Amino acid sequence: MSSELRYTANTQLEHLHARYTGTGHADLSKYDWLTHQHRDTLASIVGHPTLSSFLAIADSEAIGRVKFEMTERMLQPCGPPPRKDDD
Amino acid sequence: MHLYNLTLQPPTAITQAIVGNFSGARQQEIIVSHGTRLELLRPDVQTGKISTVIATDVFGSIRSLAAFRLTGGTKDYAIVGSDSGRIIILDYDPKTSSFVKLHQETYGKSGARRIVPGQYLATDPKGRSVMISAMEKAKLVYILNRDAAANLTISSPLEAHKNSAIIHHIVGLDVGFENPMFAALEVDYAESDQDPTGDAFKNAEKMLTYYELDLGLNHVVRKWSEPTDPRANLLVQVPGGQLASSERFDGPSGVLVCCENHIIYRHADVPQHRVPIPRRRHPLEDLNRGLIITAAVMHKMKGAFFFLLQSEDGDLYKVTIEHEDEEVKSLKIKYFDTVPVASNLCILKSGFLFVASEFGNHYLYQFQKLGDDDDEPEFSSTSYPSFGMADPSVPLPHAFFRLHPLDNLVVADELESLDPILDSKVMNLLPNSDTPQIFAACGRGARSTFRTLRHGLEVEESVSSDLPGIPNAVWTTKRTEDDPFDSYIILSFVNGTLVLSIGETIEEVQDTGFLSSAPTLAVQQIGADALLQVHPHGIRHVLADRRVNEWRVPQGKTIVSATTNKRQVVVALSSAELVYFELDLDGQLNEYQDRKAMGSTVLALSIGDVPEGRQRTPYLAVGCEDQTVRIISLDPETTLETISLQALTAPPSAICIADMLDASINKSQPTMFVNIGLQNGVLLRTVLDPINGQLTDTRTRFLGTRPIKLVRVQIQRNPGILALSSRSWLNYTHQNLMHFTPLIYDNLDYAWSFSAELSPEGLIGIAGSVLRIFQVPKLGTKLKQDSIPLSYTPRKFITHPGNNYFYLIEGDHRTLGEEAASTKLDEFRRQGKSFDDGEINIPPEVFGRPKAPAGTWASCIRIIDPVEAKTVAVIPMDSNEAAFSLAIVPFSARNGELHLVVGTAADTIVSPRSCTSGYLRTYKFTNEGAGLEFQHKTEVDDVPLALLAFQGRLVAGVGKALRIYDIGKKKLLRKVENKTFSSAIVTLSTQGSRIIVGDMQESIQFAVYKPPENRLLVFADDSQPRWITASSMVDYNTIVAGDRFGNIFVNRLDPKVSEQVDDDPTGAGILHEKGILMGAPHKTKMLAHFHLGDLVTSIHKVSLVAGGREVLMYTGLHGTIGILVPFVSKEDVDFISTLEQHMRTEQSSLVGRDQLSWRGYYAPVKAVVDGDLCETYARLPAAKQSSIAGELDRTVGEVLKKLEQLRVTTSGF
Repeated sequence: MSSELRYTANTQLEHLHARYTGTGHADLSKYDWLTHQHRDTLASIVGHPTLSSFLAIADSEAIGRVKFEMTERMLQPCGPPPRKDDD
Repeated sequence: MHLYNLTLQPPTAITQAIVGNFSGARQQEIIVSHGTRLELLRPDVQTGKISTVIATDVFGSIRSLAAFRLTGGTKDYAIVGSDSGRIIILDYDPKTSSFVKLHQETYGKSGARRIVPGQYLATDPKGRSVMISAMEKAKLVYILNRDAAANLTISSPLEAHKNSAIIHHIVGLDVGFENPMFAALEVDYAESDQDPTGDAFKNAEKMLTYYELDLGLNHVVRKWSEPTDPRANLLVQVPGGQLASSERFDGPSGVLVCCENHIIYRHADVPQHRVPIPRRRHPLEDLNRGLIITAAVMHKMKGAFFFLLQSEDGDLYKVTIEHEDEEVKSLKIKYFDTVPVASNLCILKSGFLFVASEFGNHYLYQFQKLGDDDDEPEFSSTSYPSFGMADPSVPLPHAFFRLHPLDNLVVADELESLDPILDSKVMNLLPNSDTPQIFAACGRGARSTFRTLRHGLEVEESVSSDLPGIPNAVWTTKRTEDDPFDSYIILSFVNGTLVLSIGETIEEVQDTGFLSSAPTLAVQQIGADALLQVHPHGIRHVLADRRVNEWRVPQGKTIVSATTNKRQVVVALSSAELVYFELDLDGQLNEYQDRKAMGSTVLALSIGDVPEGRQRTPYLAVGCEDQTVRIISLDPETTLETISLQALTAPPSAICIADMLDASINKSQPTMFVNIGLQNGVLLRTVLDPINGQLTDTRTRFLGTRPIKLVRVQIQRNPGILALSSRSWLNYTHQNLMHFTPLIYDNLDYAWSFSAELSPEGLIGIAGSVLRIFQVPKLGTKLKQDSIPLSYTPRKFITHPGNNYFYLIEGDHRTLGEEAASTKLDEFRRQGKSFDDGEINIPPEVFGRPKAPAGTWASCIRIIDPVEAKTVAVIPMDSNEAAFSLAIVPFSARNGELHLVVGTAADTIVSPRSCTSGYLRTYKFTNEGAGLEFQHKTEVDDVPLALLAFQGRLVAGVGKALRIYDIGKKKLLRKVENKTFSSAIVTLSTQGSRIIVGDMQESIQFAVYKPPENRLLVFADDSQPRWITASSMVDYNTIVAGDRFGNIFVNRLDPKVSEQVDDDPTGAGILHEKGILMGAPHKTKMLAHFHLGDLVTSIHKVSLVAGGREVLMYTGLHGTIGILVPFVSKEDVDFISTLEQHMRTEQSSLVGRDQLSWRGYYAPVKAVVDGDLCETYARLPAAKQSSIAGELDRTVGEVLKKLEQLRVTTSGF
């Protein structure tokens, strides 16, 4: 890849990241990656009827409750972000 | 290996339901989504019964459904949000009885993704626009309109995205004819993601946001956004807008925000109203547990409206809003009734409530009253300061209600649903059955059932009465052509005939003109008002005035067989001659001058009904002893000339010509079928070409061991055929397609149609000396279900090798066991709390059990007698233990005596999995298996999720460890262990010294036990991670398994590796081999892979028909039962896969999902043909059918025959 191409690709990358939430990049932190993974998984559980039924049976809750708790958990699935070093 | 996947019972769970006038008639219909299937249901307003109009597989996953109607329209359309990345508008076309895709607009990638819309749908109540939303960020608005030709149009999408917003729910606001507005419940995570202190997360606000679609500017704007309760989960539309004519407001507009424990009325810039959600008063209820609304429906009547909200416990609340114009005066809530927890509620204008249960059977209720004038306590927002919003962060005081049995509703109909199937077995246990039954553990919580499924139609018997002798045939007849119902029952005995008249009672009559001293061969209502009786010595033509014209058989001959219709009579004489009569215009029966010599004894005769507007039917079918069937012309030009001949494999015993509609052969008119029953129990069905009288397209089916009798009957005002052999079968047309299903009923010797006032569509039959009148109520179903109620959610069950009992374990999380509950109640009583019995003694199967905190379990072992369909014994678990696995083990150390080992765990938390201790409980069988005697209990360190008998010992998957136990005096003794598994062992199967282990996350692993060194070694695993839910061995090296994402796949071990491992006596070779990909030294190869769309809960290798091939039968969580059939020849594989390819291009999915990508959702499809897609070939238009058949170098009939043969020979369905 020529340096020029890489440059144009990078300018687009930012735009693409804004557009497609959840896509990764080279500087992604472990926390961000994990949070994305969890949000994707939670959304997938709510989006697939069999998965939400399965969890509802395992936990003896209503499907509506499972979906609600999963959506709630999407807000912060992996706890607060790590503190940034001040260097 | 190449497999053919066929669904025998499509999923029965309803994930979405909508109501509307989809056919455009005045009647309301319900469209339900079964996850991967759309079904249109039509409730009958008079009878209150629901019938299925159509059901179609969509080859995609339906996530949301919404109905809308264009302003001024009379017809509703359905919008479907799916995983196809497309918005679909469907129209139901009543003419062709099918869903038509009106619009398909692509907006994103396929798959149920976080930011691709499809999860939520909201429509404008005036039908002007729709919003489709994802779980996060993306919301698209489409404008719906009409073009000049009154066709529905859809605009380009308008974006209403909001970055980093999690969307809980959206709803369309009722604003009358102002600009359409949508409300969304959103949470922004941007700040919480950046704040390491966690404060932003704690203070995150849930926003209620209004989006306005400016129709003038063609633009969506965020109109208004305000924080609401942080535990809000659902929005409900409140009517609004003004009537153009009367200036009166329909309602205040706005939304109901359903939150945990509260309902809030909310609208921009007006005061809020808040009421608590009333709770059940029960001493064991934890008041700190939040209560949410999971389903809601709003109903508008003339000048009024109300809401029915359902809590997660199943209680319905009626919510009303008192308003003056746009100003809300109060919000009121009261308890209404309790019904099963619904995925959706639908109110019909005719006064019905359809409850699509999230688990178990679905119900249609009829409203008796609307709870207006009862003394149920009502809670109003006016009784709280500032309408309950004095401090929104402080909960309102608890409100309580008292449960009562159904008061405002009555059950009108019930739709059986297997959902969820948690385990199953296939066995032939019932007496007098030649095909196996499917036993399924279904349901959840207190509404769980154990069901026996039998292939066949349910029969409802209305009369069963003994007769003086054993008749050999029965008929019914009307007196005149125009009678609505039958008047006589004629019974033929060996030496006489009995005539019964049907009136208030059924009694014998003498003066009918029928000959009673001889047996009868045929009875017919002939001409306008005459009757006809054929007996061995002649034909009696009984005229309306009781005069009798008799035709006598020449001396020395008798009639052996006869067939009749309204205008024609054919009889066969013992001299192998045919005599033909026809009714002339004066009502005289005339004999044709010639008799036809057949040359061989005639065994069976048949003519069809006279086609409407015609004089006669032109063809007669004659079956002779020389194993032939001849088609003979009855046309005046060529009377009694032989047209065609078909050779048979055995002498025929019965023939029946019937004109029946089969849309796979002819879409518009009935096809003339010649059904030939042979003496060896085989039925041939051929198509008679109406133009040239040739027989084509022969299909065969084995019905039973006795010679077949065939009877033409009326089923739903259409002709059908009843075929009687050692089982009775019904061949009928349902939803334009032909069905051939056995009746689950006693063997019948003869049968006929029976039509009386009380049973207009009945059948009459004789079995031995008993006369029976019965109906077939549930046409279209293929499986008859009988159920036994259970106490808790069934988990697993097993069979005993020596008796017919099933041993089933049940367990419910968050539930107190009976004993624990009564101990707790006693404790409360000692503390001086008092409560009345009415609060405690509520039937759990209706109201459920009170919710207990996580980690509380109720569980039991149940012994079931499947033949008697009853519970034999129940052994409850104590000390908060729950059973998770069980096995019957013949311990060698006890001389092979069978023991039941149940794996339990105490204080189990589901996720992350933990328990205070696991146990292996050992029981002895007592009382020939009807009882259990507790032996001992062995403590283990994790939850034992899988147990299996292995070489006279027990192999157990205890959490991550695989262990072998032997029996000891006081406990089980651990012999060997392998701890290399990564998450948890969920399935085990064995053959020889090989143990195949299914891991919860790491797919199937092959382990071997090497006795000399007492080693348990894993020597092969899968190269892909799989979340196994069920597995079964196909052969020594092959395993089939299902995973949590709805895939089914087959893995095989290289036979060389298998041999090498078996030849290694100590296992040292495996031990020192180098692992590949951080796993076992060998990898299995994936042979087949297929996405089912339902989570597989059990798989069996069984043969479903007597003497048939073995197939892989699986059950799915949502109630699916299907089979994977191995193809026997390469030609079949080529033929069916080519057909599948053509079908893919011809039959596009209703939700716009590409079939190939759907079946390859998680991994590409491998070596499996989608039989459900192939079978839609029968529904294609004739032109497309023949073009595909042409490409395949076959005829349409041959393709259909091949498809039917694949289904029938392997499943019998």
